[in-house]
Amino acid sequence: VTGAARVLVVGAGPAGLYATTALAGAGAEVDVAERLPTPFGLVRYGVAPDHPKIKSVAGVLSRPFASPGVRFLGNVEVGVDLTPVDLARHYDAVVYATGAPLGRTAGIAGEDLPGSAPAGDFVSWYSGHPDAPDLSSLLTASQVAVIGAGNVALDVTRLLVKDPASLAGTDLPDHVLAALRASRVTDVHLLARRGPAQARFTPSELRELGELPGVDVLVAAGDVAGARAEAAEGSRAARTNVDVLCGWAERAPAGRDRRVRLRFRCRPVRLVGHDRVSGLVVRGEREELLPVEGVLHAVGYGASPLPGLPFDRDTGTVPHVAGRVVDPRRGVVPGVYVTGWLKRGATGVIGTNKADAGETVASLLADLPGLRRAPDRDADSVAALLERRGVPVVTWDGWRRIERAEERLGARQGRAVAKLADLSAMLELAGRPTVRG
Amino acid sequence: MTYVVTSPCVGTKDKSCVDVCPVDCIHDGGEQMLIDPVECIDCGACEPVCPVDAIFLDQDVPSGERDAIEAARSFFDGGSTP
Repeated sequence: VTGAARVLVVGAGPAGLYATTALAGAGAEVDVAERLPTPFGLVRYGVAPDHPKIKSVAGVLSRPFASPGVRFLGNVEVGVDLTPVDLARHYDAVVYATGAPLGRTAGIAGEDLPGSAPAGDFVSWYSGHPDAPDLSSLLTASQVAVIGAGNVALDVTRLLVKDPASLAGTDLPDHVLAALRASRVTDVHLLARRGPAQARFTPSELRELGELPGVDVLVAAGDVAGARAEAAEGSRAARTNVDVLCGWAERAPAGRDRRVRLRFRCRPVRLVGHDRVSGLVVRGEREELLPVEGVLHAVGYGASPLPGLPFDRDTGTVPHVAGRVVDPRRGVVPGVYVTGWLKRGATGVIGTNKADAGETVASLLADLPGLRRAPDRDADSVAALLERRGVPVVTWDGWRRIERAEERLGARQGRAVAKLADLSAMLELAGRPTVRG
Repeated sequence: MTYVVTSPCVGTKDKSCVDVCPVDCIHDGGEQMLIDPVECIDCGACEPVCPVDAIFLDQDVPSGERDAIEAARSFFDGGSTP
């Protein structure tokens, strides 16, 4: 390939946008195709609304779009709006960064009952993801179980018990704020299958739970017995988590209106109920029935296979070597790369994606001289193709129009941003401008 | 809140933290790496990758290392960002 390389990045979450940054820095022309009209992936639809400082990473992720050679193709689904033939025609290389969007469940009887859902679906709902199922009915339950021992479990637990008045200044969509104000949830049971020393909480986020006004956080002394000795061998985070949990075990409940009970070595066995969840049988030292009417499964995320890409079902990732996609039978697939959760599984924090994308882009740039050169190198012809197919492409300017509308809506309510969640409204706002060449 | 690099970094400067910082707020301060407390978004990516456990959330910095918090603040306040 001579002249600027033409690369398509699929997915505008942190993984895709760190790859875009690295590619643009190396002089490549990059189109970023995103299924949604909005960029930032889990920064917009995963990071909790009461963690705005972490969300500010969006500023850094926006930077590559200031380069003339980088375009946002929002509302464009690769595999639907752009076919494999199109990709081969217009791009020298493709980087897949579509993440792991499927919330896993505990795999227990009754988990398909209404009232039981992956925690990720609840996160998508409160974050205003346009495809999220309406999970407002969960808030009619007085008691909810959250299965899991990571930060997603903490996020959903916190959102369930936090005073809605303290969320009024966040970017939560209006309908979500209204639903949280009407919530009847008073008790959340946070259930970890393993012990306190094995919990995967980030210590500062665990501590945050204990600082919520109006909420008693309860840990049984028996659940943390021996945990300090176990954690002594582990990471600093494990030791801090255990210290925090032991501190809570010594605290007397203050008779507050809402309660979080953290349970360790507590295995969910089955959900009971006829037309919706009415209880969860768990097994700790003995079997017991928790009278919950809602169950959220925060046991991880998975990817699903992408058309035309190899996929390892055991790990839920695309097989690769240093980001080069590898077909188990035919070897390296030329010009096809992977980064982020689709590459390494749903682990790590936002920053993990920067180093990860660096590896993938280094492989791509090293391969570039030997890659087949895309025959149609005119950026405008991609835009024309999508126009002909009637795909309303949301450009970066289009996204900025959505963002400004969210800021105006927020300003009317005394907050910085009020998120929009309706897809057609967002497309309407973005307009249908032609893609910049 | 912010994360803070403490003295075990001196003589180590492994810089794994720089690779994972999502906002590129960790800079070479000479003897050791320093986190710009204004740019830091508290994500915590740097803490577990440090091979010498030098990085702490400000409220968790050990008592003997508390000076590191002010040292980082004044380094970046002074406009000497590399």
